[in-house]
Amino acid sequence: MKNLLATLIAILAGLIVLVGFFLKIPILVEIRSLILDWAVIVAAMAVIIGVFNLISVNNNRFSSGMKGSFYSLVLMISLVVTFGLGLFLKTSHPIMNFIFFSIQVPVEKSLMALLAVTLLLASVRLLRKQPNLFSVIFLVVTLLILLGTAPLPFGEFPFFSGMLRPFIAQVLAAAGARGILLGIALATITTGLRVLFGTDRPYGGK
Amino acid sequence: MNSSVWLPAIALVLVVGSAGLMLIFAFLRRKSTPAFREIPAFLKLRRAIGRAVEDGSRLHVSLGHGSLATPQGAAGLAGLSAMRRMADLTSTSDLNPIATSGDGSLAILSQDVLKASYQEATGGGHFDTTNSRLTGLTPFSYASGTIPVMRDEHVTTNILLGSFGVEAGLLTDAAEREKSFILAASDYLPAQAVLYASAQEPLIGEELYAVSEYINHSAMHAASLIVQDIFRWVLIAGMLLGAILKLAGLL
Repeated sequence: MKNLLATLIAILAGLIVLVGFFLKIPILVEIRSLILDWAVIVAAMAVIIGVFNLISVNNNRFSSGMKGSFYSLVLMISLVVTFGLGLFLKTSHPIMNFIFFSIQVPVEKSLMALLAVTLLLASVRLLRKQPNLFSVIFLVVTLLILLGTAPLPFGEFPFFSGMLRPFIAQVLAAAGARGILLGIALATITTGLRVLFGTDRPYGGK
Repeated sequence: MNSSVWLPAIALVLVVGSAGLMLIFAFLRRKSTPAFREIPAFLKLRRAIGRAVEDGSRLHVSLGHGSLATPQGAAGLAGLSAMRRMADLTSTSDLNPIATSGDGSLAILSQDVLKASYQEATGGGHFDTTNSRLTGLTPFSYASGTIPVMRDEHVTTNILLGSFGVEAGLLTDAAEREKSFILAASDYLPAQAVLYASAQEPLIGEELYAVSEYINHSAMHAASLIVQDIFRWVLIAGMLLGAILKLAGLL
C-alpha cells in the first residue's frame, strides 16, 4: 500500500510538471513551480544526508582499521573543520577562500594532470585492447587534433591548425556529436515516460 | 511563424507521440519475446554478473554526479533502473552490491533501490545503509572517493551508468589496475570519448538508456526501443529533406 501510494505520488507529480511545461494554464503553472521548489529543497536536504552518509562510511572504515583508515580520519577532520568554519565565517571569508583556492582547486587540478597521463596510456593500450579500424581512426584523429591545437616549440603547422583541425572539429565531429545527442535526447524522452508510466521505478518497491 | 510557438509544439508532439506509440507497441508485443540488436558489452556484463555471484565477490554500480533536478538526471534514472535489476540478479551473492554517487538525491534513491531489492530477497532483513555512498560532491572528489571502493571492497564487476565527466578516466584506470570488469556509459560526449579509449566495455550514445532493457526484457522496454528507432528515422528523413530543400534554394 505504501509503495503504491509512493508510486502514485511520483507519477502525479511528474505528470503535473510535464503538462505544466507545455500548457500555460495559470493554476497548473503555479502547482508546477511549487513542486519544483519542493524538489530543490529536498535535493538540498539530500546533500546534507549524503554528507552524514560520508561521515558514517569513513567512521566505519576508521573504527575497523581498514586499509586507508588514516585517510578516513583526515577526511572527517577536514570535513568538520571546513563545515564549522563555513558556518561561523560565511563562505566569502578569506580563510574559506584560502581553503578553496589553495587546497581544493590545486588538488583537483593535479587530478586533472594525472588524468592526462592516464588517458595517454589508455590511448597507447587501445590498439592492443581493440585492434580494429575504429581504434586506428580514433588515434589518428586524436594526433591530428593535437598537432593543430597544442602549442609546439617550433611554431604551429598552418595546415593542421588552420584547415584540418577546424574541418574535423566543426564538420565531422560536430555531425557525429549531433547524431549521438539526438539519440540521447530520444532515449531521455522514453526513459522519462517509462518512469511516468511506473514501468521503471528508480526508487524502492517492486 | 514564431519559433517560441512551434518549438514547444514539436516537443509536445514528440512526447505525446512517444507516449502513445509506447503504449500501443507494449500492448501489441505483450506476449512476444522481444529481439534486440546484439551488443557484445551486454553479453559480457551478464557473464560478469554471473561470475560475481559464483565467486562471492561484489558488484559496484557508480551512478555519476548528474543531479536529478537537471537534464542530466535522466542518465541517473537509467542507471538506477538498471541497478535495481542488477541488484535482483545478485541477491544470492555473499556480498551485497555497492552503489556510489556524486549527488545527494541519487545517493538516497540508490539506497532506497538497494534496500528494496535486499529486503525482497531476504524477506525483510537488516540492510546496511553504507552499501550506498555519496563519495564526493565535485567531479574529481567523487572519482577519488570512488576509487577506494573499487580497490578495497572485493569488487570484481564495475558498472558506471550515469552522468560522468572526463574524470571517468580515473575510474576506468582504477578498474584496469584491479583487473576487474568495467562497463561504462555517460551522457556527456567528452566522457564518451574518454571511455572509448579507456574502458573495457564502453557504451556510446543512447546505449546507456538501454541497459535495463537488455538485462530484463519487458514489453514496455521493448516498446520504448521501437519508438526511439521510429523517431530516429523520422528525424533522419527530416534532416535529409531539409538539406535537399536548402540545396535547392527552397528553404
